[in-house]
Amino acid sequence: MTAKVGVITFPGTLDDVDAARAVRYAARDLLAGSSHEACEAVSLWHGDADLAGVDAVVVPGGFSYGDYLRAGAIARFAPVMGEVIEAARKGMPVLGICNGFQVLCEAGLLPGALVRNHKLHFVCRDQWLRVENTSTAWTTRYEHGAEILIPVKNGEGAYMADEPTLDALENEDRVVFRYVGETCSQGRTMGAANPNGSRRDIAGITDPTGRIVGLMPHPEHAIDALTGPSDDGLGMFLSALDALQGAPA
Amino acid sequence: MAKVVVDVMPKPEILDPQGQAVARALPRLGFDGVADVRQGKHFELEVDDSVDDATLAKIAEGFLSNPVIEDFVVRRVSE
Repeated sequence: MTAKVGVITFPGTLDDVDAARAVRYAARDLLAGSSHEACEAVSLWHGDADLAGVDAVVVPGGFSYGDYLRAGAIARFAPVMGEVIEAARKGMPVLGICNGFQVLCEAGLLPGALVRNHKLHFVCRDQWLRVENTSTAWTTRYEHGAEILIPVKNGEGAYMADEPTLDALENEDRVVFRYVGETCSQGRTMGAANPNGSRRDIAGITDPTGRIVGLMPHPEHAIDALTGPSDDGLGMFLSALDALQGAPA
Repeated sequence: MAKVVVDVMPKPEILDPQGQAVARALPRLGFDGVADVRQGKHFELEVDDSVDDATLAKIAEGFLSNPVIEDFVVRRVSE
């Protein structure tokens, strides 16, 4: 059986092509390495209330519906998202990248919200992240505490939640990625590593099941040293394919 | 038909960098004495008389605002 990973396209989505390419790269790596079964990327259209039989979904980055109202606020009500929310609640792995993370927060699949960067600038740079949870469906390929280099590009990427929610995320080990950098020392991150004012340097989080993950940086842009700063992002897609291959058909 | 106004503002504890930028610009433009600025959104809705307050609250809370970061006020205004 061929595992299928759906990638959603909304009006204004930018990174669906790169996300699908990342899935294909990961599938190719698996095929070359062992007797793993084939995987394919499936394009999903925002207006279709149909997941086309996919086994996992990537909600990619961009500016869905022009970021009108709030980033992700209108995309969250697109017909395809109704299906994603229902499938996610039944355990289907879902990854939200950048605008996709904003959509998942608006949809209530992940807690908190993303707001305007604290210095108002759109930030576009290569960013070091520390992997803090390696048990989610999207991060099993990483070593705990690994530092990875992934591009970040956003104007509304500051992660916000109230203090009890932040405490719960920390206590339940649901912070998946944290911003780090040269200013990181002895496990303490100084302010400069954080590109957007995110609370507690949070770059990505997971739901309680570890199946739904959202992050602001772009792993799909870091899958090949030719076109990205590293291939550190590929591990997220390999992790998901591992999870799908391991799942009962 | 009735006119309904929904004002959406960032919660007090949420940093409002846009409002801060406006506040910082005012002294440069020669306007002194403005201690703080908060920036939000103002919606004007033309609604049928059949739309009740509970429905308006649902619209404001479930769509026009994000309750994680924003507060809202719904007002019916007479023409």
